[in-house]
Parts: sequence; C-alpha cells; structure tokens
Amino acid sequence: MTTTTDPTRERTAGAGATTPASRPLRRRRARRAWLGIAYASPTAAMVVLFFLVPLVLVGWMSLHRWPLLAPPTLNAPDNFTGIADNDLVRSATWFTVKYTLVITVLLFAISLGLALLVQHRRPGVGMFRTAFLLPMAVGFASASLLFLGLLSDEIGPVNDLLGRLGLVDGYVSWTSGSANSALTSAVVLVLWRFAGFNMLILLTGLQAIPPEIYEAARVDGAGRWQTFRRITLPLMRPTIALVLTLMVTGSLLAFDQFWILTRGGPDNSTTSLVMVIYREAFIRLDLGSAAAISVVLLGVLVVFNVIQLGVLRRRSN
Amino acid sequence: MARYRARRAVALAAAALLMTVATACGGDDGATGGDQAAVDDGATLTLWTRAATEAMSKAYAEAYNATHKNKVQVTAYPNEEYPAKLASAAGAKALPDLFAADVVFAPQYASQGLWLDVTDRFGALDVKDKVAPAHVRAGTWEGRTYAVPHTIDMSVMLYNKDLYTRAGLDPEKPPTTLKEFAEQARAVDKLGGDVNGTYFGGNCGGCVEFTFWPSVWAAGGDVLDDKGTNARVDSPEMAEVFALYRSLYEEGVAAPASRDEAGPTWLGALQNGKIGIAPGPSVWLGLIEEKGVKMGVAPISGPDGGESTFVGGDAIGIGATSGKAAQAWDFLAWTMSDEAQVEVVAKNKGVPTRTDLASNKYSQADERIVLINSLMAKGRTPYARNFNASFNDPQSPWLQTVRGALFDDAAAALAKGNADITKSLQQG
Repeated sequence: MTTTTDPTRERTAGAGATTPASRPLRRRRARRAWLGIAYASPTAAMVVLFFLVPLVLVGWMSLHRWPLLAPPTLNAPDNFTGIADNDLVRSATWFTVKYTLVITVLLFAISLGLALLVQHRRPGVGMFRTAFLLPMAVGFASASLLFLGLLSDEIGPVNDLLGRLGLVDGYVSWTSGSANSALTSAVVLVLWRFAGFNMLILLTGLQAIPPEIYEAARVDGAGRWQTFRRITLPLMRPTIALVLTLMVTGSLLAFDQFWILTRGGPDNSTTSLVMVIYREAFIRLDLGSAAAISVVLLGVLVVFNVIQLGVLRRRSN
Repeated sequence: MARYRARRAVALAAAALLMTVATACGGDDGATGGDQAAVDDGATLTLWTRAATEAMSKAYAEAYNATHKNKVQVTAYPNEEYPAKLASAAGAKALPDLFAADVVFAPQYASQGLWLDVTDRFGALDVKDKVAPAHVRAGTWEGRTYAVPHTIDMSVMLYNKDLYTRAGLDPEKPPTTLKEFAEQARAVDKLGGDVNGTYFGGNCGGCVEFTFWPSVWAAGGDVLDDKGTNARVDSPEMAEVFALYRSLYEEGVAAPASRDEAGPTWLGALQNGKIGIAPGPSVWLGLIEEKGVKMGVAPISGPDGGESTFVGGDAIGIGATSGKAAQAWDFLAWTMSDEAQVEVVAKNKGVPTRTDLASNKYSQADERIVLINSLMAKGRTPYARNFNASFNDPQSPWLQTVRGALFDDAAAALAKGNADITKSLQQG
C-alpha cells in the first residue's frame, strides 16, 4: 500500500482560499468520483441483491420455522441441532468429502497434463486446445443428460460398443448398478466437462513463466523433471492455488451431476450435501432446516477458501 | 467449474430471495369466505400439472373452453421437478389459479395451505357422495376439504397375451393369486432368449408402493396407520410379498434391469413386448398396445387370493394465492359433472372419478376397462402428510427398505425401515 498526496489539494490548502483555477478541478474530481460510483453501481446492486440480501435472509431463515405460506416463527437453534439427528446429512457429508478428494486429484492431474501437452506452439496444437475446451460449451445439466442417455442400457450405445469389444457381457447399469460405478460415471462426466476449462487456466499460468528462466536452467544442466519440479511448479503456485480453490468449492457444491445421472443412488451412495438441502427445502418443505444446512456448508466453504486464498497470497508475495 | 459454481450460487441465492422476499411482503390471501358460487365470466385461469397428467388436463381444458366463457390454460412440468416448482411458486406467493398434484402428496399440500379451502363449495355439490372417496380423503386436512380428484390411475396386472400363448398358458386365464402370478411368470420366462417373466421398478419407491402394496392389502395387511404417522411395513404380509418378488429376481425370472429401474424406462420395458406379466399403471394399457403388443388386464392379488389396487392419479385444487377462486371452482365443479366424466374421461379410456359412472357407454366397449373401473371400490389411497419424503423421494427411507428387502438382508431391512419410515412420517 502506498499513499499519494495531491499537489492540487496542498496548494489549495496553503493558499487558504479557493482560487478560481482549482474549482473546476475539484468539480472534475467530484464528477469523476460520481462517474466511478455510477460505473460500479450496477455490479454493486447485483451483488447486494443477489448475494448479500439472500445471504442475510438465509441466515435469518435458519433461525426460524419457515412454512411456505404462513408467517415464520422463531425456533433457534432447532434447525441446527436437527442436523445432528439427520442420518442423511452424515452420509452425504462423507460422500461429498470423498467425491471432492477424488475429483480434485483426478481433475487437477488431467488438467495439468493437458496443459503441459498443449503449452508450446506446434502445428495442430490449436485444434487440440479447442477440442479439450469444447465440452465447456455444453451446459452442465445438458451434459449430465447426455451421459445418462449414452450410458443407458436401453438407449445408449456404450454398452453395445463394449459388448461388441467383449469387455462387458449382458446387462450392465453404469449409473445405478453399484455405488462405485455410479460415482465413476459422475467422475468421468465431470472430468470430460471441466478438464478443458481448468487446462485453460493452468495454460495461462504456464505461459506467464518467462522462457529465459527455462533457458538458464537448461544452461545449468537441469533435466526435464528437475525443470518441472524446481521451476514450473513453484512459479505456477498462484495459478495452482486458484484452480484448486475452484475445484474444491465446485465439488463441495456438487448437485447437477448426481441429481440427473444417479438420483443420489444406488442406496443413497451418491447423495451430495446440496441434494440433502434440496430434499429439505422442496420435498420436506422445511425451509428453515434447508437454510441451516446451507449456513453450515457456507461456513465450511469460507474456512476452506480463507485457507486456500491465504496460501495463494503468501506464495504470490 | 467457476461458471458452474457461480451459476449454482446465483440460482440458490435467487431461489432463496424469491421465497423470502415474497413471504415477507405477502399479505392476506383471502383464503376463506367470499362468494361460494361458481362464476363463468370470461376469466383466464392458469392450471399447472405434471407431465404424466398433461394429456388428461388438456382434454378437460379443451372441452371446458369450448363451452364456457372462462378459459383454462394448462402448463405441464416434468414429473420430478414439479414438487420443487410448486414449492418455489408457493414461497413466492405466485401459485397458479388451479394446480393438480400426485394424490399421495395432497395431504402435505393441504396441510401447508397451498390450496384454498373448498369444504363449503364441495359440500354444496349434488354429486359429492359419488366422487372417488379415497381421493377426497387425500385432499382433506383436519376435517376441511382442499382438493378434489382430477385423474385416476390404478395399479393392475398387465400381461402379454402373445407370450402367454407361446408359453402354453391360457391368455384368458390371468392369475388370481400372487403365487399363480409367479408361476405364470416363470412359465413365460422359460421361453428364453430376451424374454423375461416379469419386471418391476426395484430402484423406485413410488413404483414399488404402487404395485406391491395392493398385494399386501389384498392379504389383509396394512402399510400405514389411519393417521399416516406410523408405518406397518414390518408386517408378515409385506415380508411375504417382498420374498415372492425377491425369488423371481434371484431366479432370473424378473428382468435383470428390474434391480436398477428408477422409473423412467419402466414403461419402455413393458412396451417392447418381451415381458410376460407385470404389475403397472392401468393408464399404460393403451400406451403399450400402441406399440402393437396385445395385452390382458387382471387385478393385483394377495399371495393366496383377494384383490386390491392403489388408487393413484392426481388431485386438484384452487391455488391459495389465486384471486379467481369462483371462476376456478366453476371449472372444478364442471370436471366432476356427468358431461366431463363421460365425454372427456371415459371417451379417452380414462377411469371416471365418479363411482356411479364406472360403467358407462364407452367402458362397455372394452371389458378390460369395466374391470379396471370396478377395482376402484376395492382400492386404497394411502394417507400421510410426509408421504413424499418418506416414500417417493429417491432419498426416502422407504426406498432403502425396498432395496434391502429385495436385494439384501430382508428381515433387517424391514425392521429398520419401519422405524426409519415412522420417524420420517412423524417429522414436523
């Protein structure tokens, strides 16, 4: 942080009176300040309307019994103590953490691998970059439906194809046959959908490393692995921290893929925390309880993000 | 991932905002009192329904619009998303003038006050005693009536007559007990190839309750107490019915996909003509025959006889936030008239919601329809405020119970399931 002094203001103050020349300046400055506020206000209004207000309201809701039409009544802390009795919350928490770990490791490894593959300008590399990013163009819900269709034993081609190759025999249900196959289906979908996007972020980090450093390392006799470990990884830390933050947050809030692909099954084995919130709000019509789980989840996310962004800032400095 | 996260955050925030602001700002909804008469003054009425009921709702609306000044506009939503759509609309005090819902969810909506109280209006109807009693009860909360029947769908045994003939069975002699059903399914299964004896929705709570519970009722068992607050799924009758279906699955008589059937491909499996006999919704009779499969219909029986059915379908009421209650009632009263029940419902091969019209000029043409219509008197509609959360939702304790009873430790699943379902039913 640095502070700047305004010579105009000092002069004006020193003169002890407003000179005719400084008035338009001050007016211009005021106008510029108002202009700044005007530019920022649409975003500020959106943030207040769609983030701050709902945030406060969810917190308020979590302290109440909140029927759909009747007036709410204060019941704190019942909605929070009720979470402890909810078996589904326990199993969903465990599953969400497991999914977050699996997806973060796999998605990061694949995204970084893809980014390293396409980081240098070579003939045809543009085509690969585009191909890897292309799944991002499909909406996530649509992508989930697409996978549901592809993996269906009734209408999808995957089982026929695998059967012809001799890899599967007879009826196989990928999305609800077993807990592992259901999770794998969702993981493959998420990898396909998001690897390209994370590759793009990592690619910008890779390309921000000055080539001179690599040259210097080569002159010093560093091998490929040493260069990657000693130069690429340390200099990529801010980008990696950013990508990991996005991955962890996105995974803890997972909903679409499980809602559409597995419906949380089989046997609740792929029920995520956001699905439990959905069930509390829209199936049980208990908005207070849904809000309480949301508030706890929000707290966990804030802690995660503070830690990760703390790491990010420290490394940047 | 960032965009995905942002979109989720915005969606959740917007939903919360909508609900909360609307709830906070909302005033009196005029839920009671006022003019009880039905009014036909040219109002436009919005009607929401789920996709499964869309065809019948539109047929009602079309016939009503042709003869009335009021105009009913039908909007259908995907089945799975419909409860969430209604909850959001209620939170925003923006319910349509009329909305239909799965009849088993009616007590929950009535208890939440999502429908207007129509006790006096319904009580003034000449035909009130002839309107499907199980449905009317489902739309009643604490002695007040909130919804009336809209469509009726009952569970029956559907069997493939061609496969019966090929298997050496008499296609005119469907099973009269659940044990006979199992034997006939085994006989058809022996045809081999891609033919299977039977099929069920083993990963779908709603499908199993609709098709298995009638066998429990026919055997004299029960699933719930009268108030819908205590489960009775650990009864010997329930255990016997599950054991029978379980043996069919283990023997390979039930198609392997039965284990994972969550509902969406259930109809398709019966339409492909490779299943001998399976319990299913009566309204699928026409949909299966459309594909060129010749079907027979029989009542669902208990293990040793008796017959019953799950009287499902949709109930309909006036949205609590509607300002056109009198006009909306005009439509509802008309849907229960002879004209609507015979010329719209029966003509489209539906089950009339009036018990006195079970036999009508259209039903006589097809003895299977006469049989289906006659079952209504023997059937039941289970009643519980927390029905969706306890039984139909994919995360419900009932689905856990079903999975355990069919594919795992049955006795433990039914005992634990009974406790879990009771807890869910009693949750406030």
